[in-house]
Amino acid sequence: MSAALSVSALVKRYGELEALRGVSFDADPGEVVAVIGPNGAGKTTLLSIIAGTQQASSGTVEPRPERVGWAPQQAALYAKLSVAENLELFARLERVRDPSAAVERMLEQTGLRERARERVGRLSGGNRQRVNVALALLADPPVLALDEPSASLDPAQRERLWQFIVALAHGGTAVVFSTHNVREAQRYADRALVLAEGRLLFDGTPAELMREAGEDEPADMERALVVFLERRAAVAEPSR
Amino acid sequence: MRSMLKKDLLILARSRLLVALLILYPVAIALLIGFAISRSPARPRVAIVDQTPAGETVQVGSQRVPVSRYTEELFSQVQSVPATSRARAIDQVKSGAVIAAVVIPPDIAARISSGVSSGTLEVLYNGDALEQSLVQSTLGSAIAQANLVFSQQIQRAAATAIDALLHGGDLAILGAPPNLIGLDEIPGALARVISRQPPGRSRSQLERIAAFAGFAAQNLSLSKRVLSTIGQPIQVDSRLLHGRRTPLNTFAVVVAVTVSLMFVCVLLAAGGVALEREDHTLARLVRGLISREALLAEKGLLAAGCSFAVSLAMLAGVGAFVPLDWSRAGLWLLALALGSVAFGALGLAIGALAREVRAASLLAFLLSLPLAFLALVPAGSVARGFYDAIGAVSFVFPFKAALQALDAAVNGASPAIGGSLLHLAGLTILFGALARVGLRRAE
Repeated sequence: MSAALSVSALVKRYGELEALRGVSFDADPGEVVAVIGPNGAGKTTLLSIIAGTQQASSGTVEPRPERVGWAPQQAALYAKLSVAENLELFARLERVRDPSAAVERMLEQTGLRERARERVGRLSGGNRQRVNVALALLADPPVLALDEPSASLDPAQRERLWQFIVALAHGGTAVVFSTHNVREAQRYADRALVLAEGRLLFDGTPAELMREAGEDEPADMERALVVFLERRAAVAEPSR
Repeated sequence: MRSMLKKDLLILARSRLLVALLILYPVAIALLIGFAISRSPARPRVAIVDQTPAGETVQVGSQRVPVSRYTEELFSQVQSVPATSRARAIDQVKSGAVIAAVVIPPDIAARISSGVSSGTLEVLYNGDALEQSLVQSTLGSAIAQANLVFSQQIQRAAATAIDALLHGGDLAILGAPPNLIGLDEIPGALARVISRQPPGRSRSQLERIAAFAGFAAQNLSLSKRVLSTIGQPIQVDSRLLHGRRTPLNTFAVVVAVTVSLMFVCVLLAAGGVALEREDHTLARLVRGLISREALLAEKGLLAAGCSFAVSLAMLAGVGAFVPLDWSRAGLWLLALALGSVAFGALGLAIGALAREVRAASLLAFLLSLPLAFLALVPAGSVARGFYDAIGAVSFVFPFKAALQALDAAVNGASPAIGGSLLHLAGLTILFGALARVGLRRAE
């Protein structure tokens, strides 16, 4: 099976600072990939380059940004427009062949049909995030990049959003998401990428990460990540 | 771009307060300016306390000039409100019913008649610096005009008295003998007497008197001309170097319309760009859905279109009160179009700097208001270096160029409209480029 997303030797520099240092990975169709790591690891930069909102200093990303659906961390929606109006506007801007049909499809998929005429500014955070993700799916992209999709949502809203995302993945969409919530990665991701200081330190399943960290008990991936990062830091220290 | 334009119009339509302001603002300003200009008194309202006794006159030689001539002239220069006493006049000034009070003292005729001191009027006024300045300029010129007319009457009386001395006749002065000889007749009469006198002391004394009378008549005749020169030693012949003379009321209309054009356009353009950042949609849009240039053009054109319509409505509304030359309407449209596009570009640059609509609006106000104020500072009213600095600042912002373009379009004022339009086009390119850079940094 050919990869839906292929990231190769990605480097991003902001002047002296190297935000990404040669990051490479693939994602298969239908695969859910979590990007985790401490603050400033380069997670948002990686997602932004995949989505095409930032340019890489070097390295390549396949497919082109137009074929990647992107949902930024803060819902990028017009608060004064309704759910349906937001969907239709972006469907037209995406030059979707039948904008009305695309709007209907997304209203159905997100379960927001009853809220279609409601202004986005009056929606709950969870529903707003669902519309945010729905906008990313209008052009039916093979890859979906989500930057902290569940941040600021309550547990029930988070649960509903993940049901929606997992259903998308089951439909064949490769989903790459960044998160601070490691348990979320453990629960929903097929693979986890650990980024720290712009370097990709780990690429494997959540279970493999816990094994590498020496955590026998599979319940605590958060602790596994902390131990993993501490060990890598200890290994890296003498060599510096 | 069409979808974005439709979206922005929909958002604008849903911002009820903004739409109400966009409609009500030009209507309210047009009515306000129209009424202010058309209903404002052409002459200032001034309380006049005339304390001179009825029939009081100023005596000039054999002539008498009634003091009422002066008060009549003063009344014609102002909208006079008669006051019975000084205290009553002060009350009227304090209440704002009049801008000032003029007290004509009872001894004014005696003082002028004495020939050693001039009469003194008392002017009472109140208010802030602006009102004080208004009183000084309007009342000062009214009093100067009345003084001039009164002094001309006194000159005429003095000239008549001099004529009587020169040419003689019945002087109509109590106690004056009838059929007096005139000064200019004395040398001839004396010459006839002298011719009959034998040479000697008496003859030479008569010859000296005749020479004096001739000299005196000659100089007295000259003094008539001197009198009129003293009354108004210098006359003013003013010439406008370029363009037509602009009436103050139509210039006020042009200023009001330009200020409205600026505020509506800059606020809408800045708000439109800032809204994309506030709703976090900017990054989503420019990742391939719409180019940055097209996005800026759409926002700029929407703001320019709205402000163009608003200011044109305002100009037409004011036109109901103030006579405007409608045959120049094509030039109005041109000036408003270029002005709105330049203000739109400035608004885009401001919007690209701000993260949210409120900050953009505040920034637009803070930048626009002083720039408009600076552009209205007249040359010569401030120090040369400061005026040059103001000129440089005004040059790089569109207000002054838009004002000059519209003034040239509406009033045919100088400088010519072509230069101002080119200036506005240049500023549009400059601020458009700055907005493009700002938008790139904003992402």
